[in-house]
Amino acid sequence: MKTINRSTLKLSGLEPLIVTPESNFVNIGERTNVTGSRAFLRMIKDGDFESALAVARDQVEGGAQIIDINMDEGMIDGKEAMVKFLNLIASEPDIARVPIMIDSSKWEIIEAGLKCIQGKGVVNSISLKEGEDNFIEQAKKIKRYGAAVIVMAFDENGQADNYERRIEICKRSYDILVNVVHFAKEDIIFDPNIFPVATGMEEHNNNAVDFFRATKWIRENLPGAHVSGGVSNVSFSFRGNDKVREAMHSAFLYHAIQHGMDMGIVNPTMLEVYDNIDKTLLEYVEDVLLNRRSDATERLLDYAETVRGEGKKKEVDLSWRNNPVNERLSYALVKGIVDFIDVDVEECRKQFERPIQVIEGPLMDGMNVVGDLFGSGKMFLPQVVKSARVMKKAVAYLLPFIEAEKDGKQSFSGKILMATVKGDVHDIGKNIVSVVLGCNNYEVVDLGVMVPTEKIIETAIKENVDVIGLSGLITPSLDEMVTVAKEMERANLSIPLMIGGATTSKVHTAVKIEQNYTKGQTVHVLDASRSVTVVESLLGPKKEQFVINLKADYSKLREHHANSRANKELLSLEDARKNKFKIEFKKEDIIAPTKLGLNIIDNLDLNLLVPYIDWTPFFQTWELYGKYPAILNDEVVGVEATKLFKDAQSMLSKIISENWVQAKAVVGLFPANSVGDDIEIYEDVTRNNLIHKQYSLRQQTKKTQGQPNLALADFIAPKESGIVDYIGGFVVTTGIGLDEKVAIFEKDHDDYNAILLKALADRLAEAFAEYLHEHTRKVLWGYASSEKLTNDELIKESYQGIRPAPGYPACPDHTEKIGLFNLLDATKITGVSLTESLAMLPVSSVSGWYFGHPQAKYFGLGKITEEQVKDLAVRKNVNFEECEKWLRPVLA
Amino acid sequence: MSKIIDLLKERILVLDGAMGTMIQRHKLEEEDFRKGWFENHNHSLKGNNDLLSLTRPDIIEDIHRQYFEAGADIVETNTFSGTWIAQADYGLEKAVYDINFYSAKLAKKVADEFTKLQPDKPRFVAGSIGPTNRTASISPDVNDPGFRAITFDELVGAYKEQVKALIDGGVDILLVETIFDTLNAKAALFAIDEVYNELNIQLPIMVSGTITDQSGRTLTGQTTEAFLISVSHMPLLTVGLNCALGASMMRPYLQVLDKTCSYGVSAHPNAGLPNEFGKYDETPEMMGQQIKEFLDEGLINIIGGCCGTTPEHIKVIADLAKEYSPRKIS
Repeated sequence: MKTINRSTLKLSGLEPLIVTPESNFVNIGERTNVTGSRAFLRMIKDGDFESALAVARDQVEGGAQIIDINMDEGMIDGKEAMVKFLNLIASEPDIARVPIMIDSSKWEIIEAGLKCIQGKGVVNSISLKEGEDNFIEQAKKIKRYGAAVIVMAFDENGQADNYERRIEICKRSYDILVNVVHFAKEDIIFDPNIFPVATGMEEHNNNAVDFFRATKWIRENLPGAHVSGGVSNVSFSFRGNDKVREAMHSAFLYHAIQHGMDMGIVNPTMLEVYDNIDKTLLEYVEDVLLNRRSDATERLLDYAETVRGEGKKKEVDLSWRNNPVNERLSYALVKGIVDFIDVDVEECRKQFERPIQVIEGPLMDGMNVVGDLFGSGKMFLPQVVKSARVMKKAVAYLLPFIEAEKDGKQSFSGKILMATVKGDVHDIGKNIVSVVLGCNNYEVVDLGVMVPTEKIIETAIKENVDVIGLSGLITPSLDEMVTVAKEMERANLSIPLMIGGATTSKVHTAVKIEQNYTKGQTVHVLDASRSVTVVESLLGPKKEQFVINLKADYSKLREHHANSRANKELLSLEDARKNKFKIEFKKEDIIAPTKLGLNIIDNLDLNLLVPYIDWTPFFQTWELYGKYPAILNDEVVGVEATKLFKDAQSMLSKIISENWVQAKAVVGLFPANSVGDDIEIYEDVTRNNLIHKQYSLRQQTKKTQGQPNLALADFIAPKESGIVDYIGGFVVTTGIGLDEKVAIFEKDHDDYNAILLKALADRLAEAFAEYLHEHTRKVLWGYASSEKLTNDELIKESYQGIRPAPGYPACPDHTEKIGLFNLLDATKITGVSLTESLAMLPVSSVSGWYFGHPQAKYFGLGKITEEQVKDLAVRKNVNFEECEKWLRPVLA
Repeated sequence: MSKIIDLLKERILVLDGAMGTMIQRHKLEEEDFRKGWFENHNHSLKGNNDLLSLTRPDIIEDIHRQYFEAGADIVETNTFSGTWIAQADYGLEKAVYDINFYSAKLAKKVADEFTKLQPDKPRFVAGSIGPTNRTASISPDVNDPGFRAITFDELVGAYKEQVKALIDGGVDILLVETIFDTLNAKAALFAIDEVYNELNIQLPIMVSGTITDQSGRTLTGQTTEAFLISVSHMPLLTVGLNCALGASMMRPYLQVLDKTCSYGVSAHPNAGLPNEFGKYDETPEMMGQQIKEFLDEGLINIIGGCCGTTPEHIKVIADLAKEYSPRKIS
């Protein structure tokens, strides 16, 4: 059954805006505000609505997710201006696609605005300033008009200016809205007043701190409610000094978001990247914001006087700059140097009649060199990705010229649609394929992650693509790909379909996907480097032969699969249970955890994780195969592996020193007993209060004599033994903050560093899981307090106890994650949430169970029968279809 | 009428088909639209179908009866254009109350007859509230995009008048349908909420938008989900889609509703797209096959037909709907 979340804030313009905990921060455009922008005021006064619309359009194009509109000015008729502007916006789809925030201190303007918007907007704002009756009446009307509302922390006695007043007024407003007006909780947004700091007046010193604390309080105590505010107020005393203001805004936002502020009015051009703020300035700014020293204001003021823009340059070998421009372009492409690309492309452009010729000529020549080197194994993926970055920059530079020409069209070898399927957020592999194809002169339409089937098909048709490539990492994605294939069949398509991604396989493609899509050819692509050959075969003159071979190959695989399945006998569930792993549980073997209940690790020092990193999979991500550290000296890939490793090390040290990501974790340790194949988890050692049931699956393949049919429940003492046993659960993440950083690289067309960062974050998450397991064994649980293992031994898993993860071989049931997350309150504590396909967000996260018994070991479940799925459905009290859907990959 | 809400959980309910298509089967003349009510009206009235509830109640009653016989659980009142805004074209702003009141009474009478005969299949009447012929979000003048031919307040006034008359006439449900401008629909919902407050009653409300073409958007540019969000501030019985598209073209947008709508989901598609003569020629079987796909996927709580559909279509649809369980409402 579908679960539709009613408790998220949903707004709409022409398109929806859904504010989930993952949305991080909703950016409200602020320039269409006559009180904040003199330029905008002038346009409205002059009746120049064309220009005013352009301001709104800029905001939306610049990334504003909501636009705030304010017409409160004594010299204009605010109501008339609001209505006119909103009516004009309604005719501009590129503006009207985002929700509108109607901003006014006058109720009549707000109401006039509400009568003009077809979407669900936001009223900014109402408050208890004029008493409860007025507040209730306005809230009721807003509800009837169908809008969300911002409530100012303001009451009959004035504006809240300290922590206590803020929470008191917000609480009172909230209670009235929820209990009297029956306003939807999620549609309430508080503005707890951002006031200036460093004003020289002592009573203002705690303004930011009070805002942060109040924000945190609201998010924790007023369920559903959101927090917003106008950020630029905070730096009011530094008007005229943009450098300081920008730093203040970023630092303020950084801390406010940490405390739960999830939307805000921010001028993106007045914002420095937090990590790029000069460290001294940042320290002074944060001293002021966090009210850390009594002389903070003076120090910042003194510093502000001295601030000047400063640049820095590095010395590098530039002799290649003396070569002719074509050679320079080729050199830059092969070496992946972006620094001069705009200059060189411009110079080259002047030599040709048409800008497109620069691409078709020198740039493609350069990329062909790259392609040849890559094809012959002389260049490796990390370098190719860097080259692609240069190419992208060059093309980006030329595009405006090409478009100015109108008829200019780059001639590609083919058009490829790439998408990570619905429910899946993993995209490293897909991005690599996109880049490799792009390098080989294919035009790539990349739809990103979590792409619904309809969008794939619709885009394929609209864009007239030649090949569709689907990617996915988690097992539910396999099913999703089957769905896409079936829908493509239904849509009567014949476009070839490529399948790729970590869990996909040739067998799965042959057995589950290929025959569902009869009009076009489906092909599994093992890794990114093969994608080019596959696409060439699919689109080239030898397509027919390729397809015939492929079909024969796949049908052989299907046959083989059917046979091997018939041979592999599965036991009945009853017989499998009889052959369970019988551990003789003894009281003395079981050690009670030192710290029962939840243990939270917030912001772990990333330095601690470095020794735990397993580098071998990192190289695999880049399709460099070999064990670390031997790979660094490998005959074939050694040089490139070393370079990549160096880049990784340097980025890693930045990740750590500049806190690009945060490491958060929660571990829960609880008394537990097994009951059949279920594991009962209790609140405390009295075991009176059952707080969670974990359901394990049992192997059903027929085993050789003496080999048990395992289930995780076997590793926990049975209830009837009378022995108190224990189990642990954990969720770790090193992905908090990752997306923003990746986005910066992507915006700069820097796929190399974007992929590098994601790959490193994944490694850090795994390292964290390893670190935390050790910490649990030694300290939190403490059953192996004297353990001493090297990193190698850790990687080989030669420790006592196991940490199987839901969705992996021992417990392939992804839905067990839901219970685990609830048990640990993991989303709230770590910020990691689950998608509809139960993938973890952010991606760089790991979760699992801890089993401590010396005989607990890792195993793969293998295939199970429908009988067990039915049994599980009854135990879990879910319907069979639902249960079967999630277990299809392991169902015989 | 909490009964409807309970029934909705038990089975798929069937809405009737087109009114206009059925009226066309009778070759009506100007005098049919005037008879007994508007004999001396100084404006041509032919084509103003809503008037037939007054002037030829025998025809409308018969159409309702045919749909109930075909298996419909709900019929719509003949009031699609029952606002002063739509009636202004005929100079009949003053007839609005009568149109709505008598249309509702007429449909209710037939519904009660059928309920009496078959108490385990109670029949209902939905008061049809059309979009009017003016849009609150679009200017009719290309040279003046800020201009509006109708205001929100005018729409609220017009809808209040219609809603009150429909309720007085005894409808069980209010159906705000064929929404191509969500702002018009929001005005209708605003009006309904005000009337409910004044009369202290609450009938179930169905809301049905119109996705105009394969772009997947309403005429005023909203995506299906944006439309849903824009009307979800009221407690609704269903949100659905009708008109403009045939069943198979409607399917992707119903899938969106299925995934995102916390209310019931309704659909009353056209019998395909009009041919070059403006006629709809999808047979009941053709349409049934496409609707079966919705039902297979469990997308639907209420199903019916719009332009071009007839009692024959509804019969096929009703027989199909019996075989399926309704979409689960979360």
